[in-house]
Amino acid sequence: MEGLYAFCVGLLTACGIFLTLRGRSFSVVIGLTLLSYAVNLFLFASGRLKLNAAAVLGESEQYSDPLPQALVLTAIVIGFAMTAFAVILAMRARADLGNDHVDGNLPKLPSEVSNKSSGGNK
Amino acid sequence: MSSLIWLPFLPLLGTLVPLLSARYSRTACAFLTAALPALTLLLVLLHAGEIFQGERFQAALPWIPAIGLNLSFRLDGLALLFAILILGIGLLVILYARYYLSEKDSIGKFYAYLILFMFAMLGVVLSNNLIQIWFFWELTSISSFLLISFWGHKTEARKGARMALTVTGAGGLALLAGLLILGNTVDSFNLQDILDSGDFIKASANYPIIVVLILIGAFTKSAQFPFHFWLPNAMAAPTPVSAYLHSATMVKAGIFLMARFYPALADTNLWFLIVSLTGLATFLVGAYIAIFQHDLKGLLANSTISHLGLITLLLGMGTDLAAVAAIFHIINHATFKASLFMAAGIIDHESGSRDMRQLNGLWKYMPYTATLAMVASASMAGVPLLNGFLSKEMFFTETLHQASLGSLSWFIPVLATLGGVFAVAYSTRFIHDVFFNGEPINLPKTPHEPPRYMRVPVEILVALCLLVGIFPSLVVGDLLYAAASAALNTPAPEYSLAIWHGFNFPLLMSVVALVGGLYMYYNRTHLFKFQAQFPASDPKLVFESVVQYMTNKAKSIIAVTENGSLQRYIFFTLAFAVVMTASSLMKLNTTAGQRPEIPVDALSITCAVLLTISALATVLWHRRRLVALLTLSVVGLIVSLAFAQFSAPDLALTQLSVEVVTVILLILALFFLPQKTPKESSPRRVVRDLGLASLIGGVVGTISYALMTRPLDTISTFFTANSKTGGGGTNVVNVILVDFRGFDTLGEITVLGIAALGIYKLVARMKLFMPSSDDNGLAWSTDRHPILLAVISQSLLPLALLVSAYIFLRGHNLPGGGFIAGLITSVAIIQQYVAHGVEWIKTRIKLDYQIMIGSGIGIATLSGLGSWVFGHTFLTTWFDYFYLPLIGKFELASAMIFDLGVYLTVVGATMLILANLGQLTTSERPIQKEHD
Repeated sequence: MEGLYAFCVGLLTACGIFLTLRGRSFSVVIGLTLLSYAVNLFLFASGRLKLNAAAVLGESEQYSDPLPQALVLTAIVIGFAMTAFAVILAMRARADLGNDHVDGNLPKLPSEVSNKSSGGNK
Repeated sequence: MSSLIWLPFLPLLGTLVPLLSARYSRTACAFLTAALPALTLLLVLLHAGEIFQGERFQAALPWIPAIGLNLSFRLDGLALLFAILILGIGLLVILYARYYLSEKDSIGKFYAYLILFMFAMLGVVLSNNLIQIWFFWELTSISSFLLISFWGHKTEARKGARMALTVTGAGGLALLAGLLILGNTVDSFNLQDILDSGDFIKASANYPIIVVLILIGAFTKSAQFPFHFWLPNAMAAPTPVSAYLHSATMVKAGIFLMARFYPALADTNLWFLIVSLTGLATFLVGAYIAIFQHDLKGLLANSTISHLGLITLLLGMGTDLAAVAAIFHIINHATFKASLFMAAGIIDHESGSRDMRQLNGLWKYMPYTATLAMVASASMAGVPLLNGFLSKEMFFTETLHQASLGSLSWFIPVLATLGGVFAVAYSTRFIHDVFFNGEPINLPKTPHEPPRYMRVPVEILVALCLLVGIFPSLVVGDLLYAAASAALNTPAPEYSLAIWHGFNFPLLMSVVALVGGLYMYYNRTHLFKFQAQFPASDPKLVFESVVQYMTNKAKSIIAVTENGSLQRYIFFTLAFAVVMTASSLMKLNTTAGQRPEIPVDALSITCAVLLTISALATVLWHRRRLVALLTLSVVGLIVSLAFAQFSAPDLALTQLSVEVVTVILLILALFFLPQKTPKESSPRRVVRDLGLASLIGGVVGTISYALMTRPLDTISTFFTANSKTGGGGTNVVNVILVDFRGFDTLGEITVLGIAALGIYKLVARMKLFMPSSDDNGLAWSTDRHPILLAVISQSLLPLALLVSAYIFLRGHNLPGGGFIAGLITSVAIIQQYVAHGVEWIKTRIKLDYQIMIGSGIGIATLSGLGSWVFGHTFLTTWFDYFYLPLIGKFELASAMIFDLGVYLTVVGATMLILANLGQLTTSERPIQKEHD
């Protein structure tokens, strides 16, 4: 089971990173969301996986580690706030800059790039 | 000795006085400004008697004692000498500046800067802590910058101030590094500890680097060769500043530093070589350049450089007597040079020029000032019966005893005599060229004597030159002895301050210097012609071009590394992260640990497959944004299932409710963003990013696997054991949140509140792009509020609120709590917004979400503060069990109040974000066309 879990964490990380590296703000927000799933699962798993062992006293024979759970609980909520902030920032950037590219301007066409490099520094 | 703490801080208080009193007359302002420094001087002098007896005063206020940071001051002989110079000359300069500054200059601002400098300089000399010395040291650089640039409308003032700040600031950084290494080597930042462990420091391996760094600091400040060029350019400052900072006090800070650390760092070959050779070079270069200056202040500035070199040379000689001579010359130079600068200022003020080619024959116009200036000049040249003569004699004596250059040691007295010749030559020029030598040429105004009181400071200083020169041991004997003993950290050796030592070699050297200097000045036309052959090089231009070159270089480097593309930065950041983690992961021998794995069941496999498909689908379809959002929410659901599966019901509930809120948020946002992402990444970039992403995914997965298969050594047993008895709850996760780690939670809800308010601000001024149709050109549906949805939502609301109340109340003992309850409430309210629209809600639900956030954080904080009332530490919780008929036994805990704060903050923050975003569409906004 641990192997399967680790595979899922790795996959979510990879998908999240790939989308974070894209140029448009919405893809980056989606990527960050995927990445925060991965991070939460990863942190949670640092308390090790246990079945039927909720950390509620008297409910089970053994208890899972409550500390990572408490950390991840707040992380989920803060993660939502962060996603919200990022997406609103993306909206604002689009409204102010006229495009939704993370660099603030649309990438140059190949012809413009070659012009610039031949021009040299001012 | 608490009054010691006040010594530097009285002037600091005094910086306010001129600013407040500038509205009164200039004289009143000057007198009020002088009051606090005068009081400070009085306090210092009250200690003088005991310090002459060998006492040393210390006072400290602990700040962070654990790492040796205390506000700590000391008053010993050396500090006393400098404090008297700083305060005494400071008071004279205040009086002088009253007459020097014109009506146009803001005298309040000038005095405030001046007193700020006085505070900083006093801090340097009185500090008993290395870091503190450095702090005040930098403050002197900054106040010096403000004073040099006081006439900011002049280019040379701005440039000179920048140059002085750059040079001394860079030296200050070197000094900081040196002091930090020194403090760490000795393992104490207390000055006395440093002074007492001289042998240990000199034996340590760090010694060379400490010496070099500290000396760079001292040399830049005291304008030693090759850093001397900033001082003549600092002459753009008003003359009172030149007299005070750039001759008497600030430039002596480097000298002070060398004298202060003399017991700890001196007396080695390295020290001798660097300090004495630098001093010698500065002594000669400064004196030689001074001869050729046409600007009065330029001559004095270069002569100051030369005299600072002389003192440095003395400190580098390695004998105790040389150190005594150095300190004696500090006093003498301060008196004659400050008076000369003031005289130069008077000449400038009353004749309108500082150019010696114009200034001639002023004796006829201002005989009184001329006499004073001539006496001071004679002292500068080293004429007998004046104080300059005495210390110069001591200097010559010490040069004769030098053996440190081996068989080449005879160079030192010869070069010292040569420097003496130059000094006589420029002093003679100052006297003859200005006061005699024909008639003035084209002066802007007819020179005359200055106002009576403008001359007083000069008179006092010149009188001191004479008094010290004639009755040395009576006037400064005690002070010199105390200062020298403090500098050496042992009682000073025997020396004689007599004027007449008989016919001896040093006297011969003085005579040679006098005669040679006069001869040199007499033949100056040949010398000037000779000098004119060399191309003139202005250090200012060289400095500016170096700065320009470095700025251009830095710009070109930045242009390569920082091209403004965030997409590129994030790639490099991540690539660097993977290099760092992967390299340490390779040190782990096996991936799998000892811990047995849980067997895999069919349900888990199904979920994993679903998660894999939906995650990959999100990536594949990320350019079709709405679809990507749907697949993303599938991922989120499976993540919450995973939490449920692995014994984390709280997490599962939180994730589930956050998921709903997040998807609603993203759909709302998507309305304002393009519906589709254009395909613009080149295949190469896609492959590159895929490679990096897979690599990081692999690394993270490996770490996760390695972590999970290894046994756990947890601190949570404490929480599990004390949850019921200490926190009064059986749901350990909730007890950790509201009790054990309540302070963390308080921080987290504060962050949540700040994020929500930040979003509120971002939304408030947004210029929106409002699409009138979707990407396929279809108009939006006008059927905004389906009746079925509205009715069901409305009837669900009380139920949902009830559920959230239940979840909230049981949170302490069963899965639930403020976070989850808050999210459920939010979802319930959002449901109403979705079903009915903003206008409908506005008339029915009148909640101010900002106030909700504020009161939530406030309640949480107050519940923490409440424990103070009962004498407990912040956020200590209280709980007890009660019995009521009908209901039965129940528990009350103060943690529930805290959780209520969490609940309110979560609801407020979530709703503030979503409601504001949702409202954007309803307002009547002009449609702005996007320009692609």
